[in-house]
Formats: sequence, C-alpha cells, structure tokens
Amino acid sequence: MSVHSRPVPRPTASRAVLRRGLRVIGSGIRAEPRPFAVAVLGSVLWAAATVGTAGAIGWVTDHVIQPAVQERHVTAAGLWTIFGVLVAVLLVNVLGVILRRVFATVAGFNLQARYRRRVTRQYLRLPLSWHHAHPSGQLLSNAHADIEATWQVFNPLPMAIGVLFMLVIAGVMMVVVDPFLAFVGLLVFPGLFLANLVFQQFMAPRITRAQQLRAEVAEVAHESFEAGLLVKAMGREEEETERFARSTYALRDSLIEVGRTRGIFEPVIEAIPTLGTLALLGVGTVQVARGDLDAAQVVQMAYLFSLLAFPVRSLGWVLAEIPRSVVGHDRVRHVLESEGAMDYGPDELPPASGPARSALSGVTYRHHDDEDPTLHDVDLVVEAGTTTALVGPTGSGKSTLVNLSLRLVDPQGGLVELDDVDVRELAQGVIPGAATLVAQQTFMFDDTVRGNVTLGEEATDASVWEALRIAQAEGFVRAMPEGLDTVIGERGGNLSGGQRQRIALARAIWRRPRLLVLDDATSAVDPSVEQAILAGLREARKGTTVLVVAYRMATILLADEIVYVEQGRVVDQGTHAELVGRCSGYADLVQAYAREAAERAAVEKSEEPA
Amino acid sequence: MSARDRSRPDQEGAAEEHGRTVSSRIEAQSGLSTLGTLRRGLELSPELRRGIALTVVLAVVATVGRVIIPFVVQQTTDHGILAEGGPDTGFVLRAIVLAAAVVAVTSLAQYLVNVRLFISAESGLATLRLRAFRHIHDLSVLTQSTERRGALVSRVTSDVDTISMFVQFGGLMLLISSAQIMLATVLMLVYSPVLALVVYLCFVPLAFLVRWFQPQLGEAYGLVRARVGDVLGAVSESIVGAVTIRAYGVEDRTAERLDTAIENHRRSAIRAQVRSVMAFVSGQAFAGLTTAVVLVIGTWLAVQGHVTLGQLLAFLFLVNLFTQPVLMATEILNELQNAVAGWRRVIGVIDTPADVADPGAGGVHQERGPIAVRFEDVSYAYPGGEPVLRDVDLRIAPHTRVAVVGETGSGKTTMARLLTRLMDPTHGRVLLDGVDLRRIAFDSLRRRVVLVPQEGFLFDDDIMANIRFGRPEASDDDVALAVTELGLDSWVDGLPHGLRTQVGQRGESLSAGERQLVAIARAYLADPDLLVLDEATSAVDPATEVRVQRALEGLTRGRTSVAIAHRLSTAEAADLVVVVDRGRVVELGHHRELVGLGGVYSRMHDSWSAQQRTSTTLP
Repeated sequence: MSVHSRPVPRPTASRAVLRRGLRVIGSGIRAEPRPFAVAVLGSVLWAAATVGTAGAIGWVTDHVIQPAVQERHVTAAGLWTIFGVLVAVLLVNVLGVILRRVFATVAGFNLQARYRRRVTRQYLRLPLSWHHAHPSGQLLSNAHADIEATWQVFNPLPMAIGVLFMLVIAGVMMVVVDPFLAFVGLLVFPGLFLANLVFQQFMAPRITRAQQLRAEVAEVAHESFEAGLLVKAMGREEEETERFARSTYALRDSLIEVGRTRGIFEPVIEAIPTLGTLALLGVGTVQVARGDLDAAQVVQMAYLFSLLAFPVRSLGWVLAEIPRSVVGHDRVRHVLESEGAMDYGPDELPPASGPARSALSGVTYRHHDDEDPTLHDVDLVVEAGTTTALVGPTGSGKSTLVNLSLRLVDPQGGLVELDDVDVRELAQGVIPGAATLVAQQTFMFDDTVRGNVTLGEEATDASVWEALRIAQAEGFVRAMPEGLDTVIGERGGNLSGGQRQRIALARAIWRRPRLLVLDDATSAVDPSVEQAILAGLREARKGTTVLVVAYRMATILLADEIVYVEQGRVVDQGTHAELVGRCSGYADLVQAYAREAAERAAVEKSEEPA
Repeated sequence: MSARDRSRPDQEGAAEEHGRTVSSRIEAQSGLSTLGTLRRGLELSPELRRGIALTVVLAVVATVGRVIIPFVVQQTTDHGILAEGGPDTGFVLRAIVLAAAVVAVTSLAQYLVNVRLFISAESGLATLRLRAFRHIHDLSVLTQSTERRGALVSRVTSDVDTISMFVQFGGLMLLISSAQIMLATVLMLVYSPVLALVVYLCFVPLAFLVRWFQPQLGEAYGLVRARVGDVLGAVSESIVGAVTIRAYGVEDRTAERLDTAIENHRRSAIRAQVRSVMAFVSGQAFAGLTTAVVLVIGTWLAVQGHVTLGQLLAFLFLVNLFTQPVLMATEILNELQNAVAGWRRVIGVIDTPADVADPGAGGVHQERGPIAVRFEDVSYAYPGGEPVLRDVDLRIAPHTRVAVVGETGSGKTTMARLLTRLMDPTHGRVLLDGVDLRRIAFDSLRRRVVLVPQEGFLFDDDIMANIRFGRPEASDDDVALAVTELGLDSWVDGLPHGLRTQVGQRGESLSAGERQLVAIARAYLADPDLLVLDEATSAVDPATEVRVQRALEGLTRGRTSVAIAHRLSTAEAADLVVVVDRGRVVELGHHRELVGLGGVYSRMHDSWSAQQRTSTTLP
C-alpha cells in the first residue's frame, strides 16, 4: 500500500520565491486590509517607543538625574518627571505591542478561516472523480496544514514592518550624521538580501518536500484509521505501523533538513548587523583619527545600530517563513484551481408533483479516458410511475448507470434526461429535490438520528417516525436511549450494517422523492425485513418512480420492467417471465440459488443410501 | 491449563461486569498538570533529552557570546574611540577583531544548537507520532469509533506539530533564560543590593500574574486543539460523504457545518492568542515599570550619595540583562501551554486503556490446525446499553462449517466480533481449542482467525496489493492463483487493468460487490484455520456468490468456518446452523433438522425458498 505522491505542487523556482512570497503577502493584505493596517500602526508605535525609550532615558539623565546628582538635591517633581516620562513611553510601547500582536493574529486567522472556507467549498463543488483521485488525508492536509503554512508569515510580518520603519529612521539619522559612514553601515542590507537569496534557494525545495510529506503522513493516518476494523481483523497493526513509520521518518528527516538550513540562516542573519556595527566602528575610528568626524557621532551611530540588532532578527523570521508560505499557497492553489466542477444549467423541472421519468439514451461512460468504456451506448427508460429493476452480474456497470441517472457523474457521450429535460440544463439542487439515491454503502453523518434522516431540514417528529416505520427502523430507534435525538456518530456507532441501511432508507423515504433510486440498498437487511420495507414502500411510493438495483427475487418481482445488464451493455429487458425464458444470463443469475439447492439435494440423495 | 482457565471467569466476571459497562472513550485530553504533561512527554520521547548536556553547553556559549558582543562594543567606544587624548586606533582594531571572533564562535555555537535541537525535537516527535498511531490501532473497534476519523488524524498530525515549536527552542531557552536571570541577579546584588531588592519587589506581582495566566492559557489552547479536531472531522466528513452529499443536494448544509467548525476554530485561536499577548504584555509592562522605578529610586540614592551616577547607569544595563530573559521566559511559558495542549491530546490517546489488549509476553501461542470453538455463557452489552447477546453457549467442533442466521439486529455481528476478539464479552468467555481468547497472543490469534466484514475496506492501491494485504509475503502468482481458485478470474479479466486496476480512495472506483470480492480473496489468501464471514457476499450477484461459495467450501473443508448470511443457501450447505433471535441462540442443528421444526428457522427458510421458486416458475 504505497503512498502515491501525486503531482500536486509545481516545483518552486527558487529565484522566484521571494517575489512570489511577496505576492502571497500582498494578496493577504488586500484580503484583510483593516486588521493588517491596525497591526502595522501598532508596530510603528512600538518601533517609535523602542527608539524613544533610549532617547527618554538619555533625556532624563541629561535634564533631571545629572543636575540632581550634581546639586545633591532632587525634588519630588523631578522624580515624578523621571517616572512620568518613562511610563509615557512605556504606555505607547505596550499599546503598540498589543495592537501589533493582536491584530497580526486577527489578520492571520481571518485569512486562514477565509481560505479554509474557500477550500472546503471547492471540495463540495469538485466532481466525484476528482475525489477518487485525491487521498482524503491529503485534502485534510490542504485544508489545515497548508493553509496554516501559507499565512503563518502574518505573525512576524507587522513586527518586521515596524523594524523596517525603525531602519528608515535610523538610516536617515545616520545619513544626516555622516553619509560615508552611513553607507558603510547600510552595506548590511545588501548582505542580508544576499544571504536571504541563498537561503531561499536551499529552503524552497526542502519545504516543498516537507509539506508534501506532511500530507502523506496525514494520508496514511486517515486511510489506516478508516481501515481500523480490517487492520485488526487481519492482525496487521505491525505492518500498518511500519507503513506509517516510513512516512513519519521521511517527514522527520525532511524537517531536520529544513532545520539544518534554518539553523545556518538564523545565526548568519543575526551576525550580519553585528558585523555591520563592527565595520562602522572600525571605519569611524579611522575617520575620527583623521579628524573627519567627531567621536561622539561615531558612538551615536554605533548605538543606533546596536539598537537594531535584535529587532532585525524579525526580518529574518519573515524571510524564513516565505518559502513555507509560497509552498503552502501552491498546494492550496492546486485545490482552488482544480477544474471539472459540474456546470449547472438555469432550468427547473416542469411543475409536477407526480412520479418522474428518467431516460438515458446512447450513453457511454469511462472512468478514465484511456480505459475501455464501463458503459457502451446504453439506452434505459424508466417511465413515470413504474418500477424498474436493474439486474446484472457484479461489476457490470449498474451502479454507474444509477449514478448517471442522478447526475452524480456526467457521461462522455449520450443524453441523460429527467422528465424530458437534459439533466445538464437543470439548476443546482433541482435533481436532489426530485430524485433520491440510497447508495450501496451507507454513509452516516456525525449527527442525531433525526439529523441523519432530515439532513437538517425542518421536519415534524411524526414525519420522521413515519419514514423510519416504512424503513423498518422504528423499532430499534425507539429502543435507543434518546430516540430521534440519539447521536449516531460518523461510524454509525453501535448500529449494525442492516440498521444503518434502514436509516439511510428512511432518509430517502422522508424526502418523498418523485424518483427513488435504490442501489442494492437492502443488501444488509434480512429477507423478511426487506419484504416489510418493500411492502411499506409500495404503500408510500404512490407517486414515485422507482429504479432499483437488486439480486433478490422479492425485489425483482416488484418491478414492472426488468433490465438486464452485462459488461456495460443492456442485454435484454422485459418482465421476469420473458427474461427467464429468453435471456440465459439473466436466468443463470436469478436461478443460481435454486440450481445450487437442487444440485445439493441431488448429491445428498445419492449419498443417502450409502 | 484447563484448571487455571476455569478459575478465571468467576474472578473476572464480577469485575468485568462493573468495569466494562463504563463506556471506554478516547480521552479528549489527559488530565495531567503542566509539569506532569512535560514529564510524560519527555518519557514518551526520550530523544528530547538525548545529548541535551552538550546542547546546553553550546547554548550557554552562544548566550554568553550574545552578552559579550554589546559589552565589547561598549568597551570599544568607551576606551577606544572616546579614549582620553583622542581615539586609540590600535585598541579599537584589536577589539573589533576580538568581537568578530566572538561573533564567529557565537554563530557557530548557535548553528550547532539549532541543528541539535532540530534533530532531537523531530526524532522525539516522530517517536511520539508512531506511539500514538500504534496505540490507536490497539484500541478496540468500539473505542476507535468514539472519535471522528479527522479528529483522530489530528492527534498524530497537527497536535504533534503544535509541540514542535516548544521542544525546538522553548525548553532550552527556558533553561538559558533561567541561567541568565540568576547571573543577572548575582551581578545586580554585587552592584547594589538595595536596587536589586527593588527590582525583585517589582517583579513579584508579575510572578503571580504569570501563574494566574498559565491555567487560562492552558485552557484556551486546549480549546484550540479540540477545535482543530472539529475542523478536520468536518472536512473529513465532507470528503468521505461526497456521494451522499451530492445525491441529497446537501452541499449548503455541509458548507454550514464546515463554516461553523472553521469559525469556532478561528475564534478560539484568536482568543488564545489574545490571552497570550496579554500575558506577554504584562511582563513587558512590569519590565518597563521596573526601569522607571529603578531610575527614580536610583536617582534618590545617587542624590543621597549611596551610588554614583555611573553605577546607576551600569545598573540599568543589568536591569536590562535581567528583564530580557524574564520577558523571554513569559513568552516561552505561553508557548509551553500551547505545546502542553497538543501534548495532552496525544497523551490522552496514548493513555486511553486498550480495552481489548494483547495478553503480552504471557500470551499463548497456538499451533496451526483444525480449530474448535466454544462460547461459554457469553453475554455482551454495548457500554451503557441493554445486552445484545445473552447467555450464549455453543460448541463448534473442528472441521465444522457453521452458518449463523437470524434477523437484522439479533446479535449475529456481535457474535462474529466476539469470536474474532474485536470485542471481549461482558460476561462469560470464548475459547479456541480450550483457551480463552483473551489469553491468546494476537499474532497467533490473527494468523488462525480471520474475519471478513460486510463492508470490505480497500486501500488506495491496485487490486493486487489489496489482496496481498491478507498475506504480505505472497507473490504475484499466489495472488493470481487465489483469484483463479475463487473463480474470479473472469471478473478480473474484465477490469481495465486486471489485477493492476487501481481501486481509488476506499476502493470507491469499484462497486460494493466488487469490493467484497477483493475482501474475500484477501481472506482466502490469508489461509486461516477459522474463517468468519460476516455477510461477506451480501452485495455480490447470486451466480458469482454461488461460485465463490463453492470455492470457499473447498477452502473451508478441513477447517472451521462461521458464516453469517441472509441468503439461506449458505445455511443449506452448512454442517451446523445457529439461529439467533434477540440475542439468544434459539435453534441449533443441521438445516435438515431445523427446516421441519416449525420454528424461527423454518419460517425464514419458507420465505427464502418461496422467493427462489418464483425465480424458476415460468408463466
């Protein structure tokens, strides 16, 4: 069960990383301009206060403390001045930090939530074939880890902008003091830029791989937990753990690689401003020795620079986040830009309350373009008010036919109609409003019995109970501790397969569809219960057209018309009596048990005398 | 052995009946304290501590370097540039070279620290992930089903990721910060005990504030983790339920459910972050206030002549040396609570008792061969529910083919699950060859007993790999042979790529009947001593079913098999039919004996054969 790495992210061209990262950031700012602006405002306040603190201490030292110490006398007013000035700067600082951090968080999480909504909308919009091609765990990772990776950069971003602001102030002050010295000091920036370019080049492919492996870990976990019962039944816990270990260790190794790269980058980014300070001191001293510059000016410049040493690291944090952001964004974009979502037409069905008519003509369907068709040129008409049984060997294409008739998938060729309207012309929601499917495999929502029947629509208890009664589910639901309000849970809790099937049936019956499609929907229900369900349906389905995939005689015999399908083709259709007489495939299929019983009886008889 | 066996149920029975009725759910999060969580976390990931001594030494070097550099810069300006009688160029250059060397050493030390931490953190977390993953598989099916798949996935993915930030930097920085705080304290005491006292008095309220914030943060971050689980649960539902959602046109409702989960997560995340900001900012406020108070009192002391102005300004530098690590520490404590929240959820899973556990080292390893089964007074009730199986006594001799029949919900699946030890009885015991299932080592049990459940799960791979899951060492030819022996070759040949056909997510590219065929082939390949089929062919067409059934009879000849089936053709062919009704075994015997009895079975059989007769009647 190898994990397939699917071609999700385009390989990230490393040189473009910074540019593309800035573009991602730009789109984030455009999406959340207000919180971002407040955060930047806070950051500017903080930056001003940080520079201001040193100034304030210098000012009170010069104007209050030094005179007081010299005079050996200090007034209360003097002390209050010291306190007041410092606290004023502090308040600005604290206010700045609160605004900066809180609103950076708000912007970041708003963006995450916005993208999660977009991505999950896309999951709901994309066709089933797309879902089949994408592991659930990967989609989980796209919706969570990748979106998180994309917008994490908004945490350090406002601070970095504040730092840039500080740098501009410091740069202007330095240029004012001495342009040449400023030039030496500001050489730091090309240095930072260069270091960053090299870093991005190494980082981008590593991060790409790490995010991919993160998704893979989620994939294996999701699939393996879904297979929990099987893993247990086959005693494959060890093998599954090994499979998970392969992905986990690959992720570990790739994260360590990321760590090595970051591990180099961060000290370098930190060292560059310090080296800048030292260069400035060296050049400054030479200039002072030459008499070009005042020593105090050099000291002031050095002080300005050292003040920046710590905050400049936040620039490093932003730069370090950028590859992750770009890679996350690429992976998310892959989902957002996936195409193939069904297009819906504008039409409604002609107003009618009676049973619906379903018709397929000349339909051809392939799962993949390179494969032989699953269905060849199929014609199937289910007249309004009739019951049609679809019979055929396992894998003959019955489920595909059923899915086509409800437009869960579109055929490559041919026409599918509901009430004589091309289903592609119908508006979204029109088909589910008229036609309902009970699939082979039941799916339960993490919800109550009521929620699973009504799927959130307004309903009276009586109507829900009635649907449950027809589906022969009333008895066991009544026995549940909280009746209709019992939470079933995603995996159907303690319900047996047959009980879940009956709730799924009730879900369909409650909606009183004009076309009811049962895809072998009673396979887990025993025959007597099935009989009761079918009898109930016969009562309730007046006004309903039924298309049923079935193997059991009781079900087949309910049908007005039987369509026999084999290898993607309609081989014959008619009544049971007609088909048994002329269609050998059909006869073989439905008489298999009887033949089997007869043969066994014959064998037993021949053994008896002995 | 048998004497010991017999002594067990009475002793255990009472305890079980009380113990097991309590619902075993996966703990939302462990109830451990912060320290307890850390301790348990370190215990689960021993790599986190490996080589920590050297890492600490390197980190101290890096930290000392960071403190020295501004000091050297200051000395350079004070004694070099501002030297009396003009700048001392030689001194400045020597100092710069020294400082550059310190920068180089610091950077190198920092690099080594980073790499070492990354390695130990990621190795430790990988171990934690694996441990949690394995334990989830060790939990009983019942316990597993108490949590949504998506949420379960979050326990081995994003919850673990949350811890990484802290274990990469936080833990170490906390140590370094503490060391720096102590160093600064000593220096402050040397410079001015009075001012040092002032600093400490200023920070006392902060200590209380931090303590007050910590549990709040823990709770807020815990909520965030739970909300992430909800988001993943909802996303997973929207993906796995894709068919149902489209067939019923409930995209809007699903979108609403998703939006609610996403919005709740957003709110909880912002709320936790705001609290963390408040905790940090209060630290910063106290640091600023301390500076102000030290300056005010220091000025007064200087005026009184207790300290010089130079000393006061130097002391201010020390205050900075003290407040910076304090701020760092408050920040890390915030991060710690975030990590602890993730840890609690992972530990919550790991510490959820595996209620159906492998007996471990003392487990019995049985020889392969014909198997005898005995149900001894077995009852089963789901946690908090009525018994679904009562007082079942049943002996199945080796080589017997058993069919279990009964209405939906009568307890058949429960019997299958008890027989394969997916669950343990609440009362009584199930014996294989005279040994209580609970005492048989899992690897022995799973080799001998295989269950084919109704909804055969397939992995996203080709059919070949899915069948091979039954016996990983089987060759391609073995798989092909199994398919042929089961009479499934014509079906496989009809598939676009034969055995290499990809089955898609959960096998959804195949129909339910086809998935069942793969599941049967998988069990056939596994070649167990006891095969338990729970409606394993319910979605397969009758002709194929008869064919598969015959092949399985070949397989089960000489072995023991238990088949649960609605199609009574299975019962007709069985050596023993077990009729279950409302949790009790009501009839037992061969089809021939039961069919004329006029009981539950004969009624079921009548309706079944009536159906089959109609299939052959011609008009």
